[in-house]
Amino acid sequence: MTILEDRPTNPAAGGHDRPIGHGRMQRKEDPRFVRGKGHYVDDIVLPGMLHGAILRAPVAHARLVSIDTTEALAHPKVLAVITGADLQALGLAWAPTLSMDVQAVLVTDKVRFQGQEVAFVVAEDRYAARDALELIQVEYDVLPPVVDARKAMDPGAPVIRDDLAGRTDNHIFDWEAGDKAETDAVFASADVVVSQEIVYPRVHPAPMETCGAVADFDPIDGRLTLYETTQAPHAHRTLFAMVSGIPEHKIRVVSPDIGGGFGNKVGIYPGYILAVVGSIVTGKPVKWVEDRSENLMSTSFARDYIMQGEIAATKDGKILALRTNVLADHGAFNATAQPTKYPAGFFHIFTGSYDLAAAHCTVTGVYTNKAPGGVAYACSFRVTEAVYLVERMVDILARKLDMDPAELRLKNFIKPEQFPYANKTGWEYDSGDYEPTMRLSMKMAGYDELRREQKEKRARGELMGIGISFFTETVGAGPRKDMDILGLGMADGAELRIHPTGKAVVRISVQSQGQGHETTFAQIVAEEIGIPPEDIDVVHGDTDQTPFGLGTYGSRSTPVSGAAVALVARKVREKARFIAAAMLETRPEDLEWEKGRWFVKGDPSVGKTIAEIAMGAHGTVALPEGIEGNLDAEVTYDPPNLTFPFGAYICVVDVDPGTGHVKVRRFIAVDDCGTRINPMIIEGQIHGGLTDGVGMALMEFIEFDAEGNCLGGSFMDYLIPTAMEVPDWETGFTVTPSPHHPIGAKGIGESATVGSPPAVVNAVVDALAPFGVVHMDMPCTPARVWEAMQGRTRPPV
Amino acid sequence: MQIPAPFDYVRASSVDNALALLDRHGAESRVVAGGHSLLPMMKLRLARPDWLIDINDLYELDYLLVDGPVLRIGAMARHTTLLESDDIKRLFPIITDAERVIADPIVRNRGTIGGSLCQADPAEDLSTVCHVLEAVAVVRGPAGERMLSMADFHRGPYETAVAQNELLIEVRMPIRASSGSAYEKVERRVGDWAVAAAGASVTLGSDGTISHVAVGLTAVGLDRTVTEVEAVLVGQAPTEALFVEAGRLASLACDPLADQRGPIDYKRHLADELTRRVLRAACRRAAASVSEITI
Repeated sequence: MTILEDRPTNPAAGGHDRPIGHGRMQRKEDPRFVRGKGHYVDDIVLPGMLHGAILRAPVAHARLVSIDTTEALAHPKVLAVITGADLQALGLAWAPTLSMDVQAVLVTDKVRFQGQEVAFVVAEDRYAARDALELIQVEYDVLPPVVDARKAMDPGAPVIRDDLAGRTDNHIFDWEAGDKAETDAVFASADVVVSQEIVYPRVHPAPMETCGAVADFDPIDGRLTLYETTQAPHAHRTLFAMVSGIPEHKIRVVSPDIGGGFGNKVGIYPGYILAVVGSIVTGKPVKWVEDRSENLMSTSFARDYIMQGEIAATKDGKILALRTNVLADHGAFNATAQPTKYPAGFFHIFTGSYDLAAAHCTVTGVYTNKAPGGVAYACSFRVTEAVYLVERMVDILARKLDMDPAELRLKNFIKPEQFPYANKTGWEYDSGDYEPTMRLSMKMAGYDELRREQKEKRARGELMGIGISFFTETVGAGPRKDMDILGLGMADGAELRIHPTGKAVVRISVQSQGQGHETTFAQIVAEEIGIPPEDIDVVHGDTDQTPFGLGTYGSRSTPVSGAAVALVARKVREKARFIAAAMLETRPEDLEWEKGRWFVKGDPSVGKTIAEIAMGAHGTVALPEGIEGNLDAEVTYDPPNLTFPFGAYICVVDVDPGTGHVKVRRFIAVDDCGTRINPMIIEGQIHGGLTDGVGMALMEFIEFDAEGNCLGGSFMDYLIPTAMEVPDWETGFTVTPSPHHPIGAKGIGESATVGSPPAVVNAVVDALAPFGVVHMDMPCTPARVWEAMQGRTRPPV
Repeated sequence: MQIPAPFDYVRASSVDNALALLDRHGAESRVVAGGHSLLPMMKLRLARPDWLIDINDLYELDYLLVDGPVLRIGAMARHTTLLESDDIKRLFPIITDAERVIADPIVRNRGTIGGSLCQADPAEDLSTVCHVLEAVAVVRGPAGERMLSMADFHRGPYETAVAQNELLIEVRMPIRASSGSAYEKVERRVGDWAVAAAGASVTLGSDGTISHVAVGLTAVGLDRTVTEVEAVLVGQAPTEALFVEAGRLASLACDPLADQRGPIDYKRHLADELTRRVLRAACRRAAASVSEITI
């Protein structure tokens, strides 16, 4: 085992983490990744395997007039060309989305976004499949598109979803949280009210590995094996069973190594279904792997919220209330993945980290002629948008009150004695102690010194900005009484077996896309039953080998599955006690636990290790009544509440006054995710999330032109950050355990993506204060920053 | 994986062999050097050559040497070679400046000066640099070699004077004493195309006035040097007021288009701002080079 040294990035970070189960150990999965031996969907090669390619719509909105596949079928290597009409005959032209809508698998009537799936070619190799796409003749009758979400509800706007019976507009849902009357009353009597339209533009998760599948349908026994890039293999299996009619026990979904997901691999894309249809039609395995442009143009986007924010406060800076009306652009199909009760996810966490008298939000979802989705890194549950809104509004208020933004936040935090804290929109925050976290970030940053430096620079005409964000997340969905997706409760299972020689295998229902599950979950078991993490194999990603559960997204693996793993290990530990008692010919209550071993109270030399107990359980020990001859257990964990990680981020930027170019000079991130398991993995997650956040703040944007053409269809146009755009991250932490999680852990996967964009934008706006800039929308590209300096800030959409 | 349209491929073994292959395969054949422009275009099926003639074995074109009053750069010299050259750093810092902001190390390890110039992308940095340095392009074809000024070589966006059966083989830069040069680019992200960029080369006379100057702009719709600026600067002592006037003229001379990188007025502003910056840096370097010689 290699334990890395604890190495704080900033000496002021200090602190001693007491991590769980061997702490900062190197990741067990990394030897195969660093040697190029990871095994991804595209590495899977089955005997006789064919290859699929998708013909996509070149326009955003068009009536499908005709498709002629004759020439493509004549290609010597083409075995099948599947169209919407073919699927219609099979009853498979439309599939349910994760939000109770339907989505076209292949166009039957009308194209609803550019890049939509029109036909599927199956050929002997992927080159031939791609070439044959050009041999399909399609006639379109182009229709005016709905591109601007603000105009989607205009009278006379083209109706996108005329496939839905009785549909006469582009409205999807209205949803609200909080008490409107109470909030309006507080606003009416407040000293200070500030308003701002805040746009969180459409971005894309852009995982390094694009989406793909290998479908292998066995016509003899009717069994489907589906290798997929999915974050939620079990949910996919159930949905495939419901849609395809193949019974669920005949479906095996395998999610091998996944090259990044970030929410992009939660949904079921037409390509997966088409690979299955292709395999059924040809009787051979079919591989489909999308290319980069297909991924960017057609798979799940993130954000796209237009938020009207208002904040009310007393003149001495006590924040009283928040309210917002949101217009949410969901694209052509409502395919976001939200718990059924919450069409806008957990957006109502927008009250943030502050003790408010009232809060109210409304969210209206609309259809536009754009790719569907809304599932992405921090998160599908819309916490990112919520935190961005509140953290920008607090900064705007600070400017209005001429208060330091750090001071304003410190003045309004929920106090530690108020936890568990019931906010005004229905959440119960499990635990928090915000001020020490905020103070630590300020100490690490040298906050007062930075403000002094800024003052001097401003006097010289230099533009330096300091941005703060303090976020509270709600992750680990969720209690089954409140939360389900398409009727499936959001619980997770875990099974633990201790082999006779004392080595273990733990089987989990969540699926890693790079988060380090094979290490983290082994560490949790190691902590609970006292055997080394190297002796514990973590099995995941194969529905034939793992218990049911809803998968990895919304930072739910550690809060939900991590709890399941801790509990199953405790169950095994308790069972071991009974077997040890039998072996030692004593009573279970006379035994005491120390890591890895039960021993006789008062006589520590007499005891049995887990390995000895396992051998005993599988051996010839006379077992007590009701104890079976193994050392195995299973649990399904239904979380009692979500977990509420938080953090304080400070960003320092320098803006070139001549060009508008923003340089992120420093970034200080202090995170509190409760009990820490592997600090190195936590820091890795934070580094990735911060990089993503800087990308969104400065450059990422899926833009459309007036005709609905996607302008972000390749990495030439859709910019993601590189090492050159980010500073050395300075991370620190505090530890406020979750009171309801078995080991006190909270989620961490998305904290940095949630917390960093407002810190960067707040810093840019702060730098531009001499120009009177109060707000600017992302992305803060050089041109947009320069325009803001000219007094011409404009929303990106 | 993005898949290009079907094509055939052949590796040339020498310049003459490459010319023969171009002749044999005709109009639908394309030369590939570093491949960082052509291959992405093929993968997007924006380019669909029938034949790719790979000239990566033409080591005879991979050189960089100071030859009397001229720096000669073989067409197959990689960006990395240019970036790391001490001769270039000393004689033409504008090239070092530009190479530092061309794409990323992976692209620079493969991409070539010849490929960049022949691609003639309007956001391509070395075209501007070569204009500013008054480089000469040596082009070889069945009828022998032609020497072309940049004005003659570079005909506009994606268009050069190199005929289908010709090959750019060398670029020559005249070395001037008492000179300095500089390049600066604004980009949304490292490796993105320029929003705008500017380059300048300045030669100082013995009296400290500007005896020769050239200013070029990238990605703002100007395929020539900013001659308007040159007329104003020559014979003058370098001053901030002069740079401001030069910047103003540059912003008027250019003709940018609005796109995702920025609106027209921003790009004009950058033409102004960056012209001032590169003139300042080039004059500073020229003055340093004068004092070095005096010592």
